Amino acid sequence: MSEFSVELRDIVKKFPTPEGGEVFAINNVSMQIKNGEFFSMLGPSGCGKTTSLRTIAGFEWPTSGEIYIEGEPMGHRPPYLRPVNTVFQSYALFPHMSVAQNIAFGLEMEKIPKNEIKRRVAEVLEMVKLTGMERRSPAQLSGGQRQRVALARSLVKRPKVLLLDEPLGALDLKLRKEMQLELKALQQEVGITFVYVTHDQEEALTMSDRIAIMQGGNVLQVGTPVEIYERPNCRFVADFIGETNFLEGEVRVVEENRVTVHIPVLKTDIIGTKAEPLSIGEQVVVSLRPEKTRIIENKVNMENCFQGTVLNTAYIGSDTRVFVDLGGVSLRIWEQNKISTLDPEAYYERNEQVWVVVMPENALVLHAG
Amino acid sequence: MNPHRRSPLVIVSTVLVYFFLYVPVVVLVLFAFNSSKTNVNFEGFITQVGPTEIISGNVLQSPCGAFHWFCELAKNAEVRNATRNTLTIALISTFTSTIIGTLAAIALQRYNFKLKTFSEVSIYIPIVIPEIVMGIGILVLFSQLFTLLNGALNLSGDSQFTLGLGTVIVSHIAFSIPFVALVVRARLHGFDKSIEEASMDLGANELVTFWRVTLPSIMPGVLSGALLAFTLSLDDFVITFFTTGPGASTLPIYVYGLLRRIVTPQVNALSAVWILIILVAVFFTQRLQNRQT
Amino acid sequence: MLRKLREDKSFQGTTLISPTLLFMVGLLVIPLILTLVISFGSRAADGTVIYGFSFHNYVRLFGISTECTGGKTICFDPTYARILSRSLSLAFNTTVLAILMAYPLAYFIARAPSKKRNTFLFLILVPMWTNFVIRVYAWMMLLRTHGVINGVLGWLAGLFGIDFTPFEMLYTQGAVLVGMVYEFLPFMILPLYTSLEKIDLSLYEASADLGASPIRTFLRMTLPLSMPGVVSGTILVFVPVMGTFIVSDLLGGRQIVLIGNLIQNQFLIARDPTFGSAASIILMIMTLIVTYFYTRKFGLSEEIVGI
Repeated sequence: MSEFSVELRDIVKKFPTPEGGEVFAINNVSMQIKNGEFFSMLGPSGCGKTTSLRTIAGFEWPTSGEIYIEGEPMGHRPPYLRPVNTVFQSYALFPHMSVAQNIAFGLEMEKIPKNEIKRRVAEVLEMVKLTGMERRSPAQLSGGQRQRVALARSLVKRPKVLLLDEPLGALDLKLRKEMQLELKALQQEVGITFVYVTHDQEEALTMSDRIAIMQGGNVLQVGTPVEIYERPNCRFVADFIGETNFLEGEVRVVEENRVTVHIPVLKTDIIGTKAEPLSIGEQVVVSLRPEKTRIIENKVNMENCFQGTVLNTAYIGSDTRVFVDLGGVSLRIWEQNKISTLDPEAYYERNEQVWVVVMPENALVLHAG
Repeated sequence: MNPHRRSPLVIVSTVLVYFFLYVPVVVLVLFAFNSSKTNVNFEGFITQVGPTEIISGNVLQSPCGAFHWFCELAKNAEVRNATRNTLTIALISTFTSTIIGTLAAIALQRYNFKLKTFSEVSIYIPIVIPEIVMGIGILVLFSQLFTLLNGALNLSGDSQFTLGLGTVIVSHIAFSIPFVALVVRARLHGFDKSIEEASMDLGANELVTFWRVTLPSIMPGVLSGALLAFTLSLDDFVITFFTTGPGASTLPIYVYGLLRRIVTPQVNALSAVWILIILVAVFFTQRLQNRQT
Repeated sequence: MLRKLREDKSFQGTTLISPTLLFMVGLLVIPLILTLVISFGSRAADGTVIYGFSFHNYVRLFGISTECTGGKTICFDPTYARILSRSLSLAFNTTVLAILMAYPLAYFIARAPSKKRNTFLFLILVPMWTNFVIRVYAWMMLLRTHGVINGVLGWLAGLFGIDFTPFEMLYTQGAVLVGMVYEFLPFMILPLYTSLEKIDLSLYEASADLGASPIRTFLRMTLPLSMPGVVSGTILVFVPVMGTFIVSDLLGGRQIVLIGNLIQNQFLIARDPTFGSAASIILMIMTLIVTYFYTRKFGLSEEIVGI
């Protein structure tokens, strides 16, 4: 019995191009997904996340490498012989069958007796809050309802692993946020492994136990939402998740926990933390999260205190976004409006002289490029 | 809504064309009730009902009254035979060509294989060449083939291979397949493959997926193709003409034969019956379609 | 083998297409090749084929004959060339007439309220659903010297006291033309309608808004946009007309001989399958050439499927 629910080992997948060449959709990807985990694959379009999901499901066979589900290698097994089920991006409901027939389909394939099927269909319909919709046809349902039927159709088979391919993509914002919470709650209630593909980072951060960031057919980083957000291991991840400011520079001093980086445009040094080993003289970028960088009115005697001018502000209600020009580079800084913004003191004026300060542990130094 | 209402020229032309299309048909049906046997002039309706009385080429009295020629038609053994043949051929060729054509449409729409271009071209050819070319080709093939086979196997008399019902059926299948394939393929255009993946994901293998998911989804297209194949077969003259043999006459062939010999209003009666059956069939098909949508 | 079927997509495709290939190769490709082969042969005394390789059938078709009068060995016999050109001109005339008649009708239906369109289309198709041969017979009845048209004209003439000699309409080129147009008109109407129907009604409004008169709108917008339909319709009319023999047989009698009649005659009466095959090949090549160049120039469309 394997400790992992799903494992991808050295998966490579090539596709032929119309011109006669080949393109690598997945370029040596390995992942270990734990039992009962909500695991997301996150990345921009074309990063290989959907292809990876499809190789787990059995719709594609890897060019090389192996898929293990519950410790068993899948080889060339077709989808109907694998203990996983998929929720499709387009829902893929059978148009000529009713809601109940759609959900019952998978159970009929398992040759489960009719009254048992009826019972389980009713049970799962209640779970997704669609009781009473048995006779409807997919064409008569709204987007959100179809999504839940697709979910129910897979869940009713009680798979060990559920694969979800951007299932909320077609829903409007409000519904999507509701469904995110519902799905997460459902997963925890049912306790099965969810492998979830999305390009929406907020979605991934909200729902996942762990996230794999992918780009160009490779896995860049795997970690919990906190690990990914606070300690990205490369520039791409830092840029892709949340928003950040980048300062380009050169490593001057490397200590155990601290790194001193010289920033040419500021003509000064910044003290930061490193995620990966760095060497002196190396070209790096320093990532500063806007919410962790602070504006103060007067200079203080702290490390990483820089002078600047306010360029512009954007009032969001809960925050104010302030754009500060440090001379050579400008930073985005988000200030939470903890006091009432009716107070004029809460504002920064344009062209106001301010000081920007950031703690070394919030200045992450990453390899450049 | 239109900046200029339809011009009078368009409306007049339209009416004239409809007139043009219908006058022959109306005349045809009208003459089915002609009392004149030679059917040259319309001599009036048969009014009297009773035992048949024909005086100088005019039917004055008939047990069927005005429907005299329809009764004659029903008694005509040749017509019955031809009708039976026509229906047999149409049903068998429709059934077969629909299955084969649907498989072909799926193959061409969704797969790439070495013979794909050749298949597409050979399916397209029967649609762009005159029927007679295909008919002649098949005639030539069968005549040479049968001569060869009969000679080699030393057959003679009744056991010989010869043109007949079998050759007609096989030819009808051949010219129907391209049309079925075309119609089904057009339907396959917007087909969402992910429902097939969903089916396999839920535990159905390829055959079960095809039977329970793919086929029901494309069924309207398949039925359209089948209807087209049936119509083509029922109506076919040219190819049947060159591939038929004694005893395997179809209705169009029979009518053609009649037209070159003696023409009585029986032919008109046959036409009228034909039209009626078509109208009834279309009426029911429309009802069925309206219920589906 | 089952495993190969499941895994190899290309093999799946081949398997699905194989029954079709069987029929198309067996009943189309091989027959055509055989026809070609036979066309190069010569006729035996009992009507069977002597295989060989000679162009004499083709030469004869285009006018050079070896059976000459007046002691010459080679002379010009335009009989068959005339048949070819007659068929071409008939096909051309039928197509042109069909376009002229079909266009107003298709235009009318395309711009009719959408609920009524299906009814109008249905009305066109009803005469179509009777049998081909029967429809030709109807025209025989109409065009005969003592037929319906002459009968009506005679009765009208009688009303006005005019002397009337019946027109000899049957067994003329005109009769064949009328019959052809009647047979194939719906094949022109339907693709034309499909094309015209696709023109968004707002385009007409836009055109008027920009200052174009109805004629201008038609010439510069409607006509070009309907071209795919014209092309499809032309092919659907031109090709069958080239190959028809029934219409010319029944409505034209012995007088009007088209390629179709020639071929039929050679196979069933004159019993020269080699000459008939050559004519058949020439017919096929002519239609393929016309279709190819026509679609090259005007573009092909899927309207052919809308039969």
